[in-house]
Amino acid sequence: MSALPKSRLRTGDLFALGLHGVRVHPMRAALSALGIAIGIAAMIAVIGISTSSQAAVREKLAALGTNLLTMSAGKDLLGADTKLPPDAGTRVLRIDGVETSGWTTEIDYHVYRNDLTLPGETGGLRVRVAGGDLLATTGTALASGRWFNAETEKHDLVVLGAGAAEAMGITEPGNQVWLGGQYFTVLGILQPSLLTPELDSSALVGAGIAAERFGFDGSPTVLYERSSEERVPEVRDLLPATINPEAPNEVSVSRPSDALAAKNTVDQAFTGLLIGVGSIALLVGGIGVANTMVITVLERRREIGLRRSLGATRANIRNQFLMEAVLLALLGGLVGAGTGFAVTAIVAASNGWKLEVPVSVLIAGVLATVAVGAVAGVLPALRAARTSPAVALSS
Amino acid sequence: MTAPMIELVDVSREYGSPPTRALDGVNLRVERGELVAIVGPSGSGKSTLLNLIGTLDRASAGQTRVAGYSVEKLSDRQLSALRAHSIGFVFQQFQLSEGVSARDNVAAGLLYTGKPARERRAVATEALERVGLGHRLLHRPAQMSGGERQRVAIARAMVRNPDLLLADEPTGSLDSRSGEIVVEILRELHASGTTVVVITHDRELAQRLPRRVGIRDGRIESDERDTVLAVSA
Ligand SMILES: Nc1ncnc2c1ncn2[C@@H]1O[C@H](COP(=O)(O)OP(=O)(O)OP(=O)(O)O)[C@@H](O)[C@H]1O
Ligand SMILES: [Mg+2]
Repeated sequence: MSALPKSRLRTGDLFALGLHGVRVHPMRAALSALGIAIGIAAMIAVIGISTSSQAAVREKLAALGTNLLTMSAGKDLLGADTKLPPDAGTRVLRIDGVETSGWTTEIDYHVYRNDLTLPGETGGLRVRVAGGDLLATTGTALASGRWFNAETEKHDLVVLGAGAAEAMGITEPGNQVWLGGQYFTVLGILQPSLLTPELDSSALVGAGIAAERFGFDGSPTVLYERSSEERVPEVRDLLPATINPEAPNEVSVSRPSDALAAKNTVDQAFTGLLIGVGSIALLVGGIGVANTMVITVLERRREIGLRRSLGATRANIRNQFLMEAVLLALLGGLVGAGTGFAVTAIVAASNGWKLEVPVSVLIAGVLATVAVGAVAGVLPALRAARTSPAVALSS
Repeated sequence: MTAPMIELVDVSREYGSPPTRALDGVNLRVERGELVAIVGPSGSGKSTLLNLIGTLDRASAGQTRVAGYSVEKLSDRQLSALRAHSIGFVFQQFQLSEGVSARDNVAAGLLYTGKPARERRAVATEALERVGLGHRLLHRPAQMSGGERQRVAIARAMVRNPDLLLADEPTGSLDSRSGEIVVEILRELHASGTTVVVITHDRELAQRLPRRVGIRDGRIESDERDTVLAVSA
C-alpha cells in the first residue's frame, strides 16, 4: 500500500475560486460590498480632512512662527486695571534671546468714518497707541501706505487695521477719518494679522500725538515680543519679573500661535461622531456580507458536493468561502478607500489645503475590511465545509 | 497478489432516527480492472452504495476498503486526497459549472491535485478530444446537448487518470443514442485499465456489461458474471 499523495489547492487557484461569486452575481456582490464601502469612505474622509486641515494650520504656523509672546497688563489685587511700566518695551529686549518687541495701548477714544457718524456706532473699532517695532514683531504687513517714523508719530496720522479700514470703507491712504474729535489722515493700511487679530479692528496712532492730544502716559497695555524659537520657554518664565518687577503676578503671558492652532483643529466631537457613523456602516456592511455568504453557501451546495468529489478537503471548501467573503469585503474596502480619498481631495482643494491622507490610515482601512470580511465569512464558510458531500450532491 | 479495488464487508448505512437501513450487511468485492453494473429498483440503495465506495459517505457499520485503503481509518484530508488522485465520478445530473467553458469544467477535475492552471488546461483539452468534443472546448454547458454535457463530465473524471470510475445513472438523462456514446466511452476507459462501476436502471445496458450486481432493499440480491470475462481472485 503506497503512501497517499496529498490533496492540494494552489494559492492562486484559491483566489480565483474566491472571485467566483463576484463573477457570477456581480450586482449582488456590489450591493453587499456597498455598506463596507460607505463605512470605509466615511472614516477615511474624516481622518483625511482632519489631517489635511491640521497640516494646513501647521504650515501656516511655520510661516508665522510660534515664537511670538504677548503680555497683557492684568488686574491688581483690588480688581482695578493695571498698566505695564512705560519702559516695558525696552526692558524686554534685555532678556537673552529676545529679538524684537512692540506694544499697544488702548485709549478711550473712538474712530468714525466722518463727523456725521453717530457716536454710538463705533463698529467695534478701537483706537490704540502703537509703539516699538510692532509690525515686525507681530508679523503684520502693510497693505498700502507706510508705518510711523520718529517724525510722523507726532502728527495727526493713523494707520488702520485691515478690518477697521474695511469697516469704514477706506481703501487707500490719504483719506481722512474722524478720531477723538478731529480728523486724522490715513497714513497706512495693514494686512490682516493672523497671530494678533486685535490689530485688525484697531486704528493705530503714534505715541507723540497721543501724549499731546489724548493724555497718553506712555504705559503699554499689551506688549509683544519675539525671541529665537528655542529660547521661548525660558523667555516666557523671565518675562513677568523683567517687565514689572514690582508686581509680576499682574502680567499675563500668552502665545497667540497656540490659540490659532486650537481654533483651527477640526472639532473633536464632530470627528468622533463621523467615525462612529463610519463604524456602524462598517458593521452593517459586515452583516450584509455575512448575509450574502449564507445565501451563497445554501445556493451552492451542489457545487460544494462536486468539489468534495473532485478531492477538495473540508479546509479547501472553508477557505474558498472565507476567501470569497474577504474579497467581497476588500472590494468594498478598496472602493470606499478610493471614495474617501477623493472626498478628502475635493475638500482639501476647495479649502486650498495640501492633500494629506496618512498611508497608514489607508492601509488600516483596507486591513479593517479584510478583518470584517473574515469575521462575516467564518460561519458560512464553516457551514459549507461541514456539508456532507453525498447529501450536497443529491440536493 | 494485489489488493482488490473495492472490498465491502458487512457494510450497513442507516439514516435518521429511528434508523432506517439504506444498506444492510452488504458484502462486495471488485477486482482491479473490472467493469461492474449495479442494478436495482428506485430506493434500493444504489446511490448510497456508490457514495460509500467513492468515500463521499461513511458506513454506519462494517469495513470499507477502497484501492487498498481502509476508509474507516482515514481522515477527511486523506479521503479527499484519495478522491483527488484515484477516484473519478460521473453523475446523472452532470454537475457542471454553468458560467464556465467545457475546457475549464474539465480542468477543474485537476484543481485539487495542485497542478498549475496551464497544465490543467492542456490535459483538459486532450481529454475533451478523447471524448470527441475537441471542437467544443470553449462552449458553455448551456450551449451543449445533454449527451455532450455528460461527455464533458466524463472527461472531467478522466483527467486524473483515476484507478476507479464511479458513474451514477450516467445515461439516465440521455436519449438512447447519446447514452450509447457515453457507454462506449466508459468501455474504452475500462479497456485502458480503469475499474468502472456503473449504476443503471437500464436492464438492457446492464446485460451488455461483464458483471451485474443486483440490489434490493439495501441487500445484494444477485451477482452475475459473464464467465468468459470473470477474473479469479
Ligand atoms: N440523506 C438521506 N437521508 C435519509 N434517507 C436517505 C438519504 N439518502 C438516501 N436515503 C434513503 O435511503 C434509501 C436508498 O436511497 P438511494 O438514494 O441509495 O436509492 P437509489 O437506489 O439510488 O434510488 P434511485 O434509483 O431512485 O436513485 C432510500 O429509501 C432513501 O430514501
Ligand atoms: Mg440513486
